[in-house]
Amino acid sequence: MTAVAQTPETATDAILQVNNIEVIYDHVILVLKGVSLVVPKGGITALLGANGAGKTTTLKAISNLLQAERGEVTKGNIVFEGSEVQSLSPNELVRRGCIQVMEGRHCFGHLTVEENLLTGAFTRRDGGAAIRADLEMVYEYFPRLRLRRQSQAGYTSGGEQQMTAIGRALMSRPKMILLDEPSMGLAPQLVEEIFEIVRKLNVEQGVSFLLAEQNTNIALRYANHGYILESGRIVLDGAAAALRENEDVKEFYLGVGGEGRKSFRDVKHYKRRKRWLA
Amino acid sequence: MDFLHDILLRPFMDMAGQPDFFIQVIWEGFVAGILYALIALGFVLIYKASGVFNFAQGIMVVFAGLTLVGLHEKGVPAWLALILTIGVMALLAVCIERFVMRKLVAQPDIILLMSTIGMTYFLVGLGEFVFGGEPKQMITSQLGLPTGSTAVEMGERGLIIFQHIDIAAAVIAIIMVAALAVFFNRTRIGRALRAVADDHQAALSVGISLNQIWAIVWFAAGIVALTTGIMWGARSDVSFALEIVALKALPVLILGGFTSIPGAIVGGLIIGIGEKIGEIYWGPLVGGGIESWLAYMIALIFLLFRPQGLFGERIIERI
Repeated sequence: MTAVAQTPETATDAILQVNNIEVIYDHVILVLKGVSLVVPKGGITALLGANGAGKTTTLKAISNLLQAERGEVTKGNIVFEGSEVQSLSPNELVRRGCIQVMEGRHCFGHLTVEENLLTGAFTRRDGGAAIRADLEMVYEYFPRLRLRRQSQAGYTSGGEQQMTAIGRALMSRPKMILLDEPSMGLAPQLVEEIFEIVRKLNVEQGVSFLLAEQNTNIALRYANHGYILESGRIVLDGAAAALRENEDVKEFYLGVGGEGRKSFRDVKHYKRRKRWLA
Repeated sequence: MDFLHDILLRPFMDMAGQPDFFIQVIWEGFVAGILYALIALGFVLIYKASGVFNFAQGIMVVFAGLTLVGLHEKGVPAWLALILTIGVMALLAVCIERFVMRKLVAQPDIILLMSTIGMTYFLVGLGEFVFGGEPKQMITSQLGLPTGSTAVEMGERGLIIFQHIDIAAAVIAIIMVAALAVFFNRTRIGRALRAVADDHQAALSVGISLNQIWAIVWFAAGIVALTTGIMWGARSDVSFALEIVALKALPVLILGGFTSIPGAIVGGLIIGIGEKIGEIYWGPLVGGGIESWLAYMIALIFLLFRPQGLFGERIIERI
């Protein structure tokens, strides 16, 4: 992962750039207040933050699923592989190689696991043989899904559903996957398994990942770069290794107490980084 | 005692006493049930794919039948009129998707229901404006549908009469349901339709175009409506009164479940046969006319004891 070592601002091989976007729901509720981030090609980038910080909204703004929830990007722009994408429909984006795996899995409960996977290939036009080959590939990565291929997805376990959701996204031959909260509701061991597969996909298939996660600990172990979001603003970013050592991150997100800050009054407020104004 | 005898015994004695008549009644109910089932099928298709309760399904039946007959009246040959009508239903589907569904996506269900009521009256107006409001004769023989009837003798017990058009209706309904089942389970678009039915958001996220799916499903419902319109029109005539009959699909749906195609069929048959038998054998007790409300009573009882219907999908939810 050589791309990771450089700072994202100077990376010329970014697959995705989000420039100072603002998102408003229902014409009144301002959720994102100028978020900028860069995902390098072939990297794993983590988007961290507490509940309601705006992680999911950021991902949905990129994948353009916001429209269906009456949200819209009112400022800024989103560049995927060199062209602006904020006005494209989700299915056009999937066709271009950017797909989201939604928070809470969202498998098609009444379809079998295999049918779920096949729906991921909806936008593809390269024929049945190629799709079957990819199905085989997904089963290689997730052997468990092969065993459950004929089960209705609604009756499979949480871990299997998460695997189905990721496998389904893979079936679209993505260049980039927006992965929302993959650890949600899963046993720690399974979380580890899922993240291992994410890393494998990243290395072997060259898929870039932007993953939103509350579990800062594990996300920073697998990501190359991290952004921390707080009430709709990026407050901190850096290489994952550096973030892990950062005192504030340790205290607020990793649960490791900082020295001399026993009272809540001592907690420092983050200043917005006005990188985009510079 | 006489009263109990009339309710509990006499009807069955009548049935046993005149089996040919009894079978005839069941057959009549069966055919009516098939037509109810077809209308319910149109509802189910749209409800599954978009969660919209399409109040306009009844008027779509009338509109399709009216377009077909109207075009033929204007001198278009029957086969061409049929093709043109299919084209009109496709156009209607695209327009509904483009100008109604797309604008109202993510709005509460009640707004979508209201929009379909709006569509109903729009189609009533459009149909009357273009083709006139008076009832029309269906062009049964011009479409190559059989018109005669066959009498089957039952030994010395009498005979049963089967209208050929009724047999044709049953066969066509079976073919259509089989075709839909194959379409839903074996094709890429069918799979996408079921995916949309399960989870809109997720379908959107994997790149399924809801607009395309909705247009397809409204078109499919339009084709079902056209078939129903032809069959029903052949039995009586093509008129706006059919729209009221189409509301019989509601008890059918409550019985069969809103999301189930087999449910629509079984529900349709139960309602169709049940109300005919009820009317003939129990109707005279209250002076007749129970056919028009019996279905709703059955639906009410079902709502109390099995609200998801006979075949309704239970919601799969992990706890």
